[in-house]
Amino acid sequence: MTLTAVIMLIVALVVVWGGLIASIMWLRKNPERTAYPDGGFDDRQEEADAAARRDV
Amino acid sequence: MSANSTNVTHPPREQFTGQVGFILAAIGSAVGLGNIWRFPGVAYENGGGAFLVPYLIALLTAGIPILFLDYALGHRFRGGAPLVFRRVKKWLETLGWFQVMICFVIAIYYAAVVAWALSFFVYSFTLRWGDDTAGFFVGEYLQLADVGGADPWFTLDFVPSVLIPLVLVWVATIAVLAAGVAKGIQRANVIFIPLLVLAFGALVVYSLFLDGAVDGLNAFFTPDWSALTDADVWIAAYGQIFFSLSVAFGIMITYSSYRRRRANLTSPGLVVAFSNSGFEILAGIGVFSALGFLAQQQAVSIGELEGLTGPILSFVTFPAILSQMPAGQIFGALFFGSLVIAGFTSLISIVQVVSAGIQEKFGLSRTSATIGLGVVAGILSVVGFSTTTGLIALDTIDNWANNIGIVASAILMCIFVVWVYRRAPELRYHLNAVSTGAVGSWWYLCVGAVVPAILAVMLVQRILNLLAEPYEGYDTTYLLIVGWGTIVVLVVGAVLLTLPRWRRDPDAFTPWPQYPALAESAATKEARR
Repeated sequence: MTLTAVIMLIVALVVVWGGLIASIMWLRKNPERTAYPDGGFDDRQEEADAAARRDV
Repeated sequence: MSANSTNVTHPPREQFTGQVGFILAAIGSAVGLGNIWRFPGVAYENGGGAFLVPYLIALLTAGIPILFLDYALGHRFRGGAPLVFRRVKKWLETLGWFQVMICFVIAIYYAAVVAWALSFFVYSFTLRWGDDTAGFFVGEYLQLADVGGADPWFTLDFVPSVLIPLVLVWVATIAVLAAGVAKGIQRANVIFIPLLVLAFGALVVYSLFLDGAVDGLNAFFTPDWSALTDADVWIAAYGQIFFSLSVAFGIMITYSSYRRRRANLTSPGLVVAFSNSGFEILAGIGVFSALGFLAQQQAVSIGELEGLTGPILSFVTFPAILSQMPAGQIFGALFFGSLVIAGFTSLISIVQVVSAGIQEKFGLSRTSATIGLGVVAGILSVVGFSTTTGLIALDTIDNWANNIGIVASAILMCIFVVWVYRRAPELRYHLNAVSTGAVGSWWYLCVGAVVPAILAVMLVQRILNLLAEPYEGYDTTYLLIVGWGTIVVLVVGAVLLTLPRWRRDPDAFTPWPQYPALAESAATKEARR
């Protein structure tokens, strides 16, 4: 292979697969938030609350 | 009117059981046929190694931002596309149905391509296509009617070798979707995606050892820097990223709505986006190594080869390569097996968009919606694409559904959500409230300006091209009916599906988390009205 082609191959792999590995590592380290706004536990409960408020 | 009392009687929304399941399903949807047969050729024709620059910029400024927009919409407003857009603004429900219609139309022909790949997977064990692979594909396999001049543009002459795998594909799709989000979609992807990575990885490694592979890689990676000054190359890069990620036609909205409310969105989104691109780069290496081998066998340069993209690459060029290479049977089984898996996992996501839309609007159970939809779409698929005129219909409908339909859908989505109804700050707040990676204000620029502007240029360019000369030289009346007719079907279908009443009040809903935080928002007030 020519030198420029090899360089571009390596750059492509490093950037894209490097991006993938970095994003996986970031996700493993920060899988979920530790704090959320109040609520948001259950769709049904949220819907029931919304219906109740509206009916009132 | 009140469709509900305070007792919510319907079953809870389906959910992916965890982060990994969601990520694999989203990768399964994003990695499709386009990654394997479109990316390598597009990159090669648009600057080779230099294409990487616009490609990565497009990924960061358009692909990932619009993926986040889809995720935020689906996750916040908890529904398929029609329900989500209705909850953004009542009349915008029609845009949701437009996306559903796009998925319905695409599913009908996409299934046919998966069926072809399934046939070729079987044929690869004996290399049944022989030496004249083009003749085999269009003649012996598809039994294409002669389409020159006044010959038939539509027949009902069924081709059993296409019909049987096509029926199998629909039966499998119905089976997976009827099993539900967790036990069907998620489980299928948890099995198929690792299998795809293994099969395709083996194929790429094997292809590197072929004679002539180096020439192929040289052709693929040698940069033509002058391409960077060509506006068309940039548009090609944005187009590739956009089509490849399966964004802006309801799929990612639907999938993200199946995540529980307290679930991370942006960080998994990055994994999905980079996986998709990582797979494309691998495909480029595998495909061009194999093309280098073919060029060497035929004693020509790569530039002289024909059929470097699309169905012709997969079903004509690749069989020719397989016939000539050592252990072509194994390589062929890996290649067509990968196509089947990549296509099937995308197909189920496309059909799920339609299924979710009708389940929610018409109050249908998952099973009845899936079976009803699968049978109707399956019949249309068989009638349209397992006949001797299937290939031309597929080519034409695909061109209009993608280049006009999806692009228009994305532009409209950005304009209405970002500009007209000003929901971008709310959606960004939502992303940041549930995710471990924060989205900065740069996101507004991407989804509000970069994406709609570039897609608008692309749309105008493509419409002008289609008006200037008949697509692929097909008959103009045929193109008017089947090509532009597809757009009419999309729009009319979207309007008609908006009209019926919802079986369950779609507006009995409060988005969580509340926005703006601590104060009652316009969204909340609107949702109560």
